[in-house]
Amino acid sequence: MSEAGTEVQFEAGAEAAAARVAIGEIFLEFLIIGAISFGGVVPYLRDRLVARRHWLSDKEFVELLSISQSLPGLNATNMAILVGQKLSGALGAVVGILGICLPGSVLMFIVGIVYRSHGDHAWATGALKGVAAAAVGLVLSTVVQLSKRSLEQRGDYLFLALTVLAVDLMHLSVLLALVGVGLLAVLWHRPIDTNMEEQP
Amino acid sequence: MSDLPALIRVFAYLSLLTVGGGMAAYPEMKTLTVDVHQWLTSPQLVHLYSVGQLAPGPNMMMIVPIGDWVGGPLGAILVLIAFFGPTAVLTFAVGRFWTKLETWPWRTSIQQGLAPVSIGLLLAGCFTLAKSAVFGLETAAIAAGVLLILLQTKINPALLVLGGAVIGVLSLE
Repeated sequence: MSEAGTEVQFEAGAEAAAARVAIGEIFLEFLIIGAISFGGVVPYLRDRLVARRHWLSDKEFVELLSISQSLPGLNATNMAILVGQKLSGALGAVVGILGICLPGSVLMFIVGIVYRSHGDHAWATGALKGVAAAAVGLVLSTVVQLSKRSLEQRGDYLFLALTVLAVDLMHLSVLLALVGVGLLAVLWHRPIDTNMEEQP
Repeated sequence: MSDLPALIRVFAYLSLLTVGGGMAAYPEMKTLTVDVHQWLTSPQLVHLYSVGQLAPGPNMMMIVPIGDWVGGPLGAILVLIAFFGPTAVLTFAVGRFWTKLETWPWRTSIQQGLAPVSIGLLLAGCFTLAKSAVFGLETAAIAAGVLLILLQTKINPALLVLGGAVIGVLSLE
Protein backbone atom coordinates (compact mmCIF):
# COMPACT_ATOMS: atom_id res chain seq x y z
CA MET A 1 0.00 0.00 0.00
CA SER A 2 2.78 2.37 0.85
CA GLU A 3 4.19 1.65 -2.64
CA ALA A 4 0.98 2.92 -4.24
CA GLY A 5 1.09 6.04 -2.08
CA THR A 6 4.61 6.88 -3.23
CA GLU A 7 3.57 6.32 -6.82
CA VAL A 8 0.72 8.82 -6.55
CA GLN A 9 3.03 11.38 -4.97
CA PHE A 10 5.58 10.84 -7.72
CA GLU A 11 2.89 11.38 -10.38
CA ALA A 12 1.68 14.52 -8.66
CA GLY A 13 5.25 15.77 -8.44
CA ALA A 14 5.75 15.16 -12.14
CA GLU A 15 2.58 17.10 -12.95
CA ALA A 16 3.66 20.01 -10.80
CA ALA A 17 6.99 20.03 -12.60
CA ALA A 18 5.20 19.89 -15.94
CA ALA A 19 3.20 22.95 -14.98
CA ARG A 20 6.40 24.82 -14.11
CA VAL A 21 8.59 23.80 -17.02
CA ALA A 22 7.62 25.30 -20.37
CA ILE A 23 8.32 23.42 -23.59
CA GLY A 24 10.59 26.21 -24.79
CA GLU A 25 12.70 25.96 -21.65
CA ILE A 26 13.09 22.20 -22.07
CA PHE A 27 14.15 22.66 -25.68
CA LEU A 28 16.62 25.42 -24.80
CA GLU A 29 18.18 23.44 -21.94
CA PHE A 30 18.75 20.34 -24.09
CA LEU A 31 19.99 22.52 -26.93
CA ILE A 32 22.62 23.99 -24.59
CA ILE A 33 23.62 20.52 -23.36
CA GLY A 34 23.79 19.34 -26.99
CA ALA A 35 26.12 22.23 -27.81
CA ILE A 36 28.55 22.16 -24.88
CA SER A 37 28.81 18.46 -23.95
CA PHE A 38 32.27 17.77 -25.38
CA GLY A 39 33.69 14.44 -24.31
CA GLY A 40 30.51 12.74 -23.08
CA VAL A 41 26.98 13.86 -22.32
CA VAL A 42 26.16 12.29 -18.93
CA PRO A 43 28.16 14.65 -16.64
CA TYR A 44 26.70 17.68 -18.45
CA LEU A 45 23.16 16.27 -18.10
CA ARG A 46 23.65 15.85 -14.37
CA ASP A 47 25.17 19.30 -13.95
CA ARG A 48 22.47 21.16 -15.90
CA LEU A 49 19.32 19.16 -15.03
CA VAL A 50 20.01 18.26 -11.39
CA ALA A 51 22.44 20.87 -10.05
CA ARG A 52 21.40 24.00 -11.98
CA ARG A 53 17.76 23.52 -12.94
CA HIS A 54 16.63 21.21 -10.10
CA TRP A 55 14.29 19.47 -12.55
CA LEU A 56 15.34 16.11 -11.10
CA SER A 57 16.73 14.82 -7.83
CA ASP A 58 20.01 12.91 -7.89
CA LYS A 59 18.10 9.71 -7.12
CA GLU A 60 15.69 10.26 -10.03
CA PHE A 61 18.62 11.02 -12.32
CA VAL A 62 20.38 7.74 -11.47
CA GLU A 63 17.12 5.84 -11.87
CA LEU A 64 16.47 7.30 -15.34
CA LEU A 65 20.10 6.72 -16.32
CA SER A 66 19.85 3.03 -15.42
CA ILE A 67 16.73 2.71 -17.61
CA SER A 68 18.62 4.48 -20.43
CA GLN A 69 21.49 2.03 -20.18
CA SER A 70 19.28 -1.08 -20.24
CA LEU A 71 17.41 -0.08 -23.39
CA PRO A 72 18.68 0.17 -26.96
CA GLY A 73 19.61 3.73 -27.91
CA LEU A 74 22.34 6.11 -26.82
CA ASN A 75 22.37 7.25 -23.20
CA ALA A 76 22.20 10.87 -24.34
CA THR A 77 19.06 10.53 -26.45
CA ASN A 78 17.34 8.07 -24.09
CA MET A 79 17.91 10.51 -21.21
CA ALA A 80 16.49 13.37 -23.31
CA ILE A 81 13.37 11.26 -23.97
CA LEU A 82 12.91 10.19 -20.34
CA VAL A 83 13.56 13.61 -18.79
CA GLY A 84 11.46 15.38 -21.42
CA GLN A 85 8.67 12.87 -20.80
CA LYS A 86 8.84 13.39 -17.05
CA LEU A 87 8.79 17.20 -17.34
CA SER A 88 6.15 17.60 -20.02
CA GLY A 89 4.93 14.35 -21.58
CA ALA A 90 5.29 13.45 -25.25
CA LEU A 91 5.97 17.00 -26.43
CA GLY A 92 8.67 17.38 -23.79
CA ALA A 93 10.32 14.18 -25.01
CA VAL A 94 10.24 15.37 -28.64
CA VAL A 95 11.79 18.78 -27.93
CA GLY A 96 14.33 17.15 -25.59
CA ILE A 97 15.73 14.81 -28.23
CA LEU A 98 15.56 17.50 -30.93
CA GLY A 99 17.50 19.93 -28.77
CA ILE A 100 20.23 17.52 -27.75
CA CYS A 101 20.74 16.26 -31.34
CA LEU A 102 20.62 19.56 -33.23
CA PRO A 103 24.06 21.13 -32.54
CA GLY A 104 26.11 17.94 -33.00
CA SER A 105 24.28 16.86 -36.15
CA VAL A 106 24.68 20.27 -37.81
CA LEU A 107 28.37 20.29 -36.86
CA MET A 108 28.94 16.78 -38.26
CA PHE A 109 27.02 17.70 -41.42
CA ILE A 110 29.57 20.47 -42.02
CA VAL A 111 32.49 18.24 -40.98
CA GLY A 112 31.31 15.63 -43.50
CA ILE A 113 31.37 18.17 -46.33
CA VAL A 114 34.81 19.49 -45.37
CA TYR A 115 36.17 15.96 -44.89
CA ARG A 116 34.99 14.87 -48.32
CA SER A 117 36.81 17.70 -50.06
CA HIS A 118 39.93 17.99 -47.87
CA GLY A 119 40.17 14.63 -46.07
CA ASP A 120 43.05 13.41 -48.21
CA HIS A 121 45.39 16.34 -47.47
CA ALA A 122 48.58 15.20 -45.76
CA TRP A 123 47.88 17.09 -42.51
CA ALA A 124 44.32 15.78 -42.41
CA THR A 125 45.49 12.19 -42.90
CA GLY A 126 47.97 12.61 -40.07
CA ALA A 127 45.42 14.16 -37.74
CA LEU A 128 42.77 11.54 -38.55
CA LYS A 129 45.26 8.74 -37.88
CA GLY A 130 45.88 10.15 -34.38
CA VAL A 131 42.19 10.80 -33.74
CA ALA A 132 41.21 7.23 -34.70
CA ALA A 133 43.89 5.70 -32.46
CA ALA A 134 42.79 7.92 -29.58
CA ALA A 135 39.16 6.87 -30.14
CA VAL A 136 40.21 3.23 -29.63
CA GLY A 137 41.72 4.15 -26.26
CA LEU A 138 38.57 6.11 -25.37
CA VAL A 139 36.22 3.18 -26.06
CA LEU A 140 38.54 0.78 -24.19
CA SER A 141 38.47 3.03 -21.12
CA THR A 142 34.65 3.01 -21.25
CA VAL A 143 34.72 -0.80 -21.37
CA VAL A 144 37.04 -0.98 -18.33
CA GLN A 145 35.04 1.55 -16.30
CA LEU A 146 31.68 -0.07 -17.08
CA SER A 147 33.07 -3.52 -16.23
CA LYS A 148 34.35 -2.32 -12.86
CA ARG A 149 31.00 -0.74 -12.06
CA SER A 150 28.50 -3.29 -13.27
CA LEU A 151 30.06 -6.75 -13.45
CA GLU A 152 29.84 -8.56 -10.13
CA GLN A 153 30.13 -12.27 -10.86
CA ARG A 154 32.73 -14.37 -12.62
CA GLY A 155 29.94 -15.63 -14.90
CA ASP A 156 29.48 -12.10 -16.19
CA TYR A 157 32.98 -12.09 -17.67
CA LEU A 158 32.12 -15.35 -19.44
CA PHE A 159 29.09 -13.70 -21.07
CA LEU A 160 31.23 -10.69 -21.99
CA ALA A 161 33.82 -12.97 -23.64
CA LEU A 162 31.11 -15.01 -25.41
CA THR A 163 29.66 -11.83 -26.90
CA VAL A 164 33.06 -10.67 -28.19
CA LEU A 165 33.82 -14.12 -29.66
CA ALA A 166 30.41 -14.33 -31.35
CA VAL A 167 30.76 -10.94 -33.02
CA ASP A 168 34.49 -10.69 -33.79
CA LEU A 169 35.57 -14.30 -34.36
CA MET A 170 32.42 -16.12 -35.46
CA HIS A 171 31.15 -13.00 -37.25
CA LEU A 172 27.62 -13.55 -36.02
CA SER A 173 25.40 -10.54 -36.49
CA VAL A 174 25.31 -8.21 -33.48
CA LEU A 175 21.58 -8.86 -33.20
CA LEU A 176 22.06 -12.65 -32.90
CA ALA A 177 24.79 -12.21 -30.30
CA LEU A 178 22.66 -9.74 -28.37
CA VAL A 179 19.57 -11.98 -28.32
CA GLY A 180 21.44 -15.30 -27.90
CA VAL A 181 23.96 -14.42 -25.22
CA GLY A 182 21.55 -11.89 -23.71
CA LEU A 183 18.93 -14.58 -23.16
CA LEU A 184 21.48 -16.90 -21.54
CA ALA A 185 22.74 -14.11 -19.28
CA VAL A 186 19.25 -13.03 -18.21
CA LEU A 187 18.36 -16.67 -17.39
CA TRP A 188 21.64 -16.96 -15.44
CA HIS A 189 20.55 -13.96 -13.37
CA ARG A 190 16.95 -15.24 -13.11
CA PRO A 191 15.05 -14.38 -9.94
CA ILE A 192 15.19 -16.99 -7.20
CA ASP A 193 12.01 -19.02 -6.71
CA THR A 194 10.87 -17.34 -3.50
CA ASN A 195 10.47 -14.11 -5.40
CA MET A 196 8.48 -15.84 -8.11
CA GLU A 197 5.90 -17.10 -5.60
CA GLU A 198 5.12 -13.55 -4.61
CA GLN A 199 3.99 -12.85 -8.14
CA PRO A 200 0.20 -12.64 -8.58
CA MET B 1 18.52 8.75 -54.46
CA SER B 2 17.22 5.23 -55.01
CA ASP B 3 19.34 4.28 -52.01
CA LEU B 4 17.11 6.20 -49.59
CA PRO B 5 14.90 3.22 -48.64
CA ALA B 6 18.02 1.12 -48.00
CA LEU B 7 19.48 3.99 -45.95
CA ILE B 8 16.37 4.08 -43.75
CA ARG B 9 16.29 0.28 -43.38
CA VAL B 10 19.96 -0.01 -42.44
CA PHE B 11 19.97 2.76 -39.84
CA ALA B 12 16.64 1.76 -38.30
CA TYR B 13 18.10 -1.73 -37.85
CA LEU B 14 21.40 -0.39 -36.44
CA SER B 15 19.37 1.72 -34.03
CA LEU B 16 18.10 -1.39 -32.22
CA LEU B 17 21.65 -2.73 -31.75
CA THR B 18 22.92 0.27 -29.77
CA VAL B 19 22.58 -1.44 -26.38
CA GLY B 20 25.23 -0.02 -24.07
CA GLY B 21 26.38 2.61 -26.58
CA GLY B 22 26.74 3.48 -30.23
CA MET B 23 29.93 1.42 -30.50
CA ALA B 24 27.86 -1.76 -30.04
CA ALA B 25 26.43 -1.25 -33.53
CA TYR B 26 29.83 -0.53 -35.12
CA PRO B 27 30.69 -4.04 -36.47
CA GLU B 28 27.27 -4.31 -38.13
CA MET B 29 27.51 -0.73 -39.39
CA LYS B 30 30.83 -1.55 -41.04
CA THR B 31 29.38 -4.66 -42.71
CA LEU B 32 26.26 -2.90 -43.97
CA THR B 33 27.56 0.52 -45.01
CA VAL B 34 31.02 -0.48 -46.27
CA ASP B 35 30.78 -4.11 -47.49
CA VAL B 36 27.13 -4.53 -48.50
CA HIS B 37 26.08 -1.08 -49.77
CA GLN B 38 29.52 0.50 -50.38
CA TRP B 39 28.31 3.93 -49.32
CA LEU B 40 31.80 4.72 -48.00
CA THR B 41 35.21 3.09 -47.56
CA SER B 42 36.47 1.45 -44.41
CA PRO B 43 39.01 4.25 -43.67
CA GLN B 44 36.26 6.85 -44.19
CA LEU B 45 34.05 5.08 -41.65
CA VAL B 46 36.90 4.96 -39.11
CA HIS B 47 37.61 8.66 -39.67
CA LEU B 48 33.97 9.71 -39.35
CA TYR B 49 33.47 7.66 -36.18
CA SER B 50 36.64 9.04 -34.60
CA VAL B 51 36.04 12.67 -35.53
CA GLY B 52 32.47 12.20 -34.28
CA GLN B 53 33.87 11.65 -30.79
CA LEU B 54 35.00 15.29 -30.85
CA ALA B 55 31.51 16.65 -31.51
CA PRO B 56 29.26 17.61 -28.58
CA GLY B 57 25.96 15.84 -27.99
CA PRO B 58 25.14 12.17 -28.65
CA ASN B 59 28.36 10.53 -29.90
CA MET B 60 26.97 8.92 -33.07
CA MET B 61 26.33 12.07 -35.11
CA MET B 62 28.86 10.66 -37.58
CA ILE B 63 25.84 8.98 -39.24
CA VAL B 64 24.80 12.41 -40.59
CA PRO B 65 27.61 12.66 -43.19
CA ILE B 66 26.84 9.10 -44.39
CA GLY B 67 23.22 10.12 -44.99
CA ASP B 68 24.36 13.32 -46.71
CA TRP B 69 26.82 11.53 -49.01
CA VAL B 70 24.22 8.96 -50.04
CA GLY B 71 21.14 11.17 -50.36
CA GLY B 72 22.01 14.82 -49.76
CA PRO B 73 20.50 16.86 -46.89
CA LEU B 74 17.31 14.78 -47.15
CA GLY B 75 19.40 11.63 -46.68
CA ALA B 76 21.01 13.20 -43.59
CA ILE B 77 17.62 13.97 -42.05
CA LEU B 78 16.21 10.54 -42.89
CA VAL B 79 19.23 8.82 -41.34
CA LEU B 80 18.74 10.81 -38.12
CA ILE B 81 15.05 9.87 -37.95
CA ALA B 82 15.76 6.21 -38.79
CA PHE B 83 18.60 5.94 -36.25
CA PHE B 84 16.98 7.78 -33.33
CA GLY B 85 13.26 7.25 -34.02
CA PRO B 86 12.79 3.56 -33.15
CA THR B 87 14.75 3.67 -29.88
CA ALA B 88 13.12 6.98 -28.93
CA VAL B 89 9.64 5.46 -29.27
CA LEU B 90 10.74 2.33 -27.40
CA THR B 91 12.29 4.34 -24.56
CA PHE B 92 9.22 6.56 -24.36
CA ALA B 93 6.91 3.53 -24.15
CA VAL B 94 9.04 1.57 -21.67
CA GLY B 95 9.91 4.63 -19.57
CA ARG B 96 6.25 5.03 -18.65
CA PHE B 97 6.01 1.75 -16.79
CA TRP B 98 9.62 0.69 -16.09
CA THR B 99 9.67 2.51 -12.75
CA LYS B 100 6.43 0.76 -11.84
CA LEU B 101 8.13 -2.59 -12.46
CA GLU B 102 10.44 -2.01 -9.51
CA THR B 103 9.02 -5.05 -7.70
CA TRP B 104 9.03 -7.31 -10.78
CA PRO B 105 11.92 -9.73 -10.08
CA TRP B 106 12.83 -10.18 -13.77
CA ARG B 107 13.57 -6.47 -14.07
CA THR B 108 16.77 -6.94 -12.05
CA SER B 109 17.55 -10.12 -14.01
CA ILE B 110 17.28 -8.24 -17.30
CA GLN B 111 19.48 -5.39 -16.07
CA GLN B 112 22.11 -7.75 -14.63
CA GLY B 113 22.02 -10.03 -17.68
CA LEU B 114 22.27 -7.26 -20.26
CA ALA B 115 25.20 -5.54 -18.53
CA PRO B 116 27.94 -8.05 -19.56
CA VAL B 117 26.45 -8.48 -23.04
CA SER B 118 26.31 -4.74 -23.70
CA ILE B 119 29.89 -4.30 -22.47
CA GLY B 120 30.89 -7.25 -24.71
CA LEU B 121 29.27 -5.54 -27.69
CA LEU B 122 31.23 -2.35 -26.93
CA LEU B 123 34.47 -4.34 -26.75
CA ALA B 124 33.68 -6.20 -29.98
CA GLY B 125 33.02 -2.86 -31.67
CA CYS B 126 36.27 -1.53 -30.27
CA PHE B 127 38.21 -4.48 -31.75
CA THR B 128 36.60 -3.89 -35.14
CA LEU B 129 37.61 -0.22 -34.94
CA ALA B 130 41.11 -1.08 -33.73
CA LYS B 131 41.72 -3.41 -36.69
CA SER B 132 41.55 -0.35 -38.96
CA ALA B 133 42.82 2.33 -36.59
CA VAL B 134 45.77 0.74 -34.80
CA PHE B 135 48.73 -0.19 -36.96
CA GLY B 136 52.35 0.18 -35.99
CA LEU B 137 53.96 1.50 -32.85
CA GLU B 138 52.76 5.10 -33.00
CA THR B 139 49.01 4.43 -33.20
CA ALA B 140 49.28 1.67 -30.58
CA ALA B 141 51.09 4.11 -28.27
CA ILE B 142 48.40 6.77 -28.75
CA ALA B 143 45.61 4.27 -27.99
CA ALA B 144 47.38 2.89 -24.93
CA GLY B 145 48.27 6.39 -23.72
CA VAL B 146 44.68 7.61 -23.97
CA LEU B 147 43.41 4.49 -22.17
CA LEU B 148 45.88 4.86 -19.28
CA ILE B 149 45.32 8.61 -18.86
CA LEU B 150 41.52 8.18 -18.83
CA LEU B 151 41.73 5.42 -16.22
CA GLN B 152 44.02 7.49 -13.98
CA THR B 153 42.57 11.01 -14.29
CA LYS B 154 39.28 12.84 -14.82
CA ILE B 155 40.45 14.76 -17.87
CA ASN B 156 37.85 15.52 -20.58
CA PRO B 157 38.16 12.71 -23.19
CA ALA B 158 37.60 15.15 -26.08
CA LEU B 159 40.89 16.88 -25.15
CA LEU B 160 42.76 13.58 -25.47
CA VAL B 161 41.21 12.83 -28.86
CA LEU B 162 42.31 16.32 -29.90
CA GLY B 163 45.77 15.50 -28.51
CA GLY B 164 45.81 12.41 -30.73
CA ALA B 165 45.19 14.65 -33.73
CA VAL B 166 48.08 16.93 -32.76
CA ILE B 167 50.48 13.98 -32.36
CA GLY B 168 49.30 12.63 -35.71
CA VAL B 169 50.07 15.92 -37.46
CA LEU B 170 53.40 16.49 -35.66
CA SER B 171 54.64 12.99 -36.54
CA LEU B 172 54.13 13.55 -40.26
CA GLU B 173 57.73 14.38 -41.00
